[in-house]
Amino acid sequence: MNLVSMDFAGYTMGVRDLIPLLPLIILTAASVWVMLAIGVKRNYAVALGSTVNGLLLALLMAHGLMLEPEFAAMPLLGMDSHAQFFTVLICATAIGVCLLGHNYWSEFDDQREEFLLLLLLATLGAVVLAGANHFASLLLGLEILSMSLYGMLAYPVQSRQHKGHALEATIKYLILSAVSTAMILFGVALVFAETGSLAFTGLELLPAGPGIAFSTVALLLISAGIAFKLSLFPFHIWTPDVYEGAPAPATAFLATIGKLAVFIVLLRIVVETRALGMAPVVIVFSLLALLSIIAGNLLALLQDNLKRILAYSSIAHMGYLLIAIIASFYSDGPIGIEAVSFYLLAYVVMTLGAFGVVTLVSSHAGERDGIADYQGLFWRRPWLAASFTGMLLSLAGIPLTAGFIGKFYLILAGVESGLWLLLGALVIGSGIGLYYYLRIVYRMLLPQPENAPVLERGSAGFAVVLALFALLILFGVYPASLMSLIEAIAL
Amino acid sequence: MILPLLIGLLFLGGLLAWFSERINPAWPRWVALGALGLELLLMLGLLGASPENGWLAEYNRAWLPRFGISLHFAADGLSLLLLLLTAFLGVIAVGSAWNEITERVGFFYFNLLWTLAGVVGIFTALDLFLFFFFWEVMLIPMYFIIAIWGHENKFYAAKKFFIFTQVSGLLMLVAIAVLAWFHYLQLGFFSFDYFDLLNVRMNRGMEMWVMLGFFIGFATKLPSAPFHNWLPDAHSQAPSAGSIILAGVLLKTGAYGLIRFAVPLFPNAAAEFAPVAMTLAAISILYCAKVAFAQADLKRLIAYTSVSHMGFVTLGVYAWNELALQGAVMTMLAHGLSSAALFMLAGGLQHRIHTRNMHEMGGFWGRVPRMSAVAMFFSIAALGMPGLGNFIGEFLSLLGAFQANPLLTIVSAFGLIFASVYSLWVMQKVFQGKYAGDAFDGGGLRDLDNREMAFYAAMMLGLLWMGVYPQSFLDLSAPTLQALLDGELGQSLTGVARP
Repeated sequence: MNLVSMDFAGYTMGVRDLIPLLPLIILTAASVWVMLAIGVKRNYAVALGSTVNGLLLALLMAHGLMLEPEFAAMPLLGMDSHAQFFTVLICATAIGVCLLGHNYWSEFDDQREEFLLLLLLATLGAVVLAGANHFASLLLGLEILSMSLYGMLAYPVQSRQHKGHALEATIKYLILSAVSTAMILFGVALVFAETGSLAFTGLELLPAGPGIAFSTVALLLISAGIAFKLSLFPFHIWTPDVYEGAPAPATAFLATIGKLAVFIVLLRIVVETRALGMAPVVIVFSLLALLSIIAGNLLALLQDNLKRILAYSSIAHMGYLLIAIIASFYSDGPIGIEAVSFYLLAYVVMTLGAFGVVTLVSSHAGERDGIADYQGLFWRRPWLAASFTGMLLSLAGIPLTAGFIGKFYLILAGVESGLWLLLGALVIGSGIGLYYYLRIVYRMLLPQPENAPVLERGSAGFAVVLALFALLILFGVYPASLMSLIEAIAL
Repeated sequence: MILPLLIGLLFLGGLLAWFSERINPAWPRWVALGALGLELLLMLGLLGASPENGWLAEYNRAWLPRFGISLHFAADGLSLLLLLLTAFLGVIAVGSAWNEITERVGFFYFNLLWTLAGVVGIFTALDLFLFFFFWEVMLIPMYFIIAIWGHENKFYAAKKFFIFTQVSGLLMLVAIAVLAWFHYLQLGFFSFDYFDLLNVRMNRGMEMWVMLGFFIGFATKLPSAPFHNWLPDAHSQAPSAGSIILAGVLLKTGAYGLIRFAVPLFPNAAAEFAPVAMTLAAISILYCAKVAFAQADLKRLIAYTSVSHMGFVTLGVYAWNELALQGAVMTMLAHGLSSAALFMLAGGLQHRIHTRNMHEMGGFWGRVPRMSAVAMFFSIAALGMPGLGNFIGEFLSLLGAFQANPLLTIVSAFGLIFASVYSLWVMQKVFQGKYAGDAFDGGGLRDLDNREMAFYAAMMLGLLWMGVYPQSFLDLSAPTLQALLDGELGQSLTGVARP
């Protein structure tokens, strides 16, 4: 029996249908090309050039397709404007990570090329997720992304200079990621048993109302699996260890694209299927948001390691984003979806920026991620420190930065849906958050210590951080054009 | 066009001051002084403008059309008075920092000017989103001023200042969003414009909640008890210039917010809430006066007296009649000058003898007669001596409040007595009695030089002018206050930008 036959009934594929898939095709081709190039002759410059160019091509293609009239949605992948918009974002982020990694791996005593290959594959998985509207493509994308990430997280393990805990981080991520995938699979199996469909829209066929424990369990299992991937409290335990142990570029990738892609899927499920309609699911999502905001911010207070602080702060930010997800269910207008889109974009810019700074300050031989390593950075590298301050203030939601406009969107969406409790948590969480963001900023303002490490100047990674800083300010001061774009591409 | 120019001038001046340090470390202060002088001149030019519909100047352009947010600036008499205070105290702050700030000079003046730019934005913004934007923008440079150039416990103070104002500000942002959402429900489109939002009607419970969001935001900045906790730390740890800006200008943004937004946008809820607000005001006046008396740290003492004096502003605003409002505005202006001068003195003393502890001071009059006389003048002004501005403000405020709530007014009036007690106590402790300066190195305590005297003289003249001929100030703010009281605000000149 063909499990997915029902979803494909009456569908035949033509060449025209391949057009919206072009970014995916380009990424696949680029992966194969880079693999072959490495096989023929190892040359880091060629591999880097091919990777960046492949990503750039996919980005441009997706950008061109973004505002085209809708192509017919396919049963597995709905590469609509929304998906194309996020494809652009994912590819741009991946390019950023490539360039940041360039500096980080520069004196690596092992092969560097495969990192790029894994990065390309992970990007491919993320783009699949951006377009997924079927549980088969969801799992496919999720696994491509996770499998490649295992490799990226453990990348420096064979190096003799490596002193960190990359292997521990990878094992943790591997096991918990596999568990969460299993949970999603179990939930999907239950949904299929009930409805006979694996398309997201099939969720609407689930019998609703009180007493239907079957549907509830199915949806909660899927939610729990996604919550693992998004590291929402109480499924967050892996996050700080993995962030800390992994090499900085891999962490940057995991923290930005890894979260972004899963969130897009969640948004699509919620918006297209009204899956939050069941009371237990809404309650669970609200609790996840509330606990993530409070716990993420409180736990971040106790940390002295920058990557751990950013890990806990990302837990809180995923909680903030959930507010908009819940709001998009309650409100009639598209404001919730726009809020998610804008906040995701702002989140990617500021998180990549923050990890970018960590990446530039660190190297593969040793992560410089203790707060003390950043003492006096303001007076040593003013622009780098100013960018970092901008990123941190943006994470805290202070005006002149994109994070503020994002927070404004969230508040507006929350108000529109009357989510007072969650908004209260947002206000309190932001207040707590300021404490640890300001702690880092203050540390950078202190006079620099005697034995301050010498930092290299002028690299591709530094340019990426500066560009992100410029974007951060641009979207914070004049976001009008971005706002109308997001309004146009909203699901 | 003049209003965005006023803000842009300060932003640009700040950048210029920062970069000019690379050329010559002495330049930033000149650049800052120049920018502020030009600012002051431009503002004085506005005095001559003939009001249209009650507005002296207006600027309105679409900014974020998706939500009906516009760059809407406008200034009327009330705004202009506060703008003049801002620029004037800006010049004073540069003067006080002139020799005191010796490290990272360029960055200091950058932060100073950006703080002031935020304040100018607050006093002129008529779009609530824009208002909030500036409300938060001024926090970051102020944070840097306290955290970098502050005293021994600067990080704690800076952080506390930032978190208090930011959290209360977020509550206000939620309230603004609710208000805009109600506008959307009732009129079918988003708008954050002041004139649009004045027409929003809400049910009683909702209006009260939203009003409280605004009130907490403003009362924290004002500050009014029980939200005043951040202020003594921030003031005592900030460098003098920071304290001057904090006490003279930043506190006034809270009071301005109450007058311009918290009451007019929610007339019913504000009327219902008035007894509570006036009680809080009375508590601020008496409690903080008492706490001030218990301080040994000179700057902390002045900080607590600030809270006490700002209580008269809250009292006047929530009495909501013309006398009381005039009193509130006069108190804002007069307290702006007197507290700035007192902080400058305390900062000057600390710069000279490296302590703020009054127990280590005494008998300074013999050594530094100029400084002592200046301190005497401003102490007397602060305690409300007739003939100086503070008296006019607090007297009018009490007079107006008496019509609204006699009991609380009588209680609050005791604040004037307490003010005399602590002011004279400070004078006695620090400047009279046995000379205690032997403990310090002999040359450290020197008298005010001519440059400093000029700054103090300017502030003295201002206070005298306010005390002897307050009508020139009352005339400027009267039309605005009358319009606010009648609930018939002059409509916007250019009309509201529509998407």
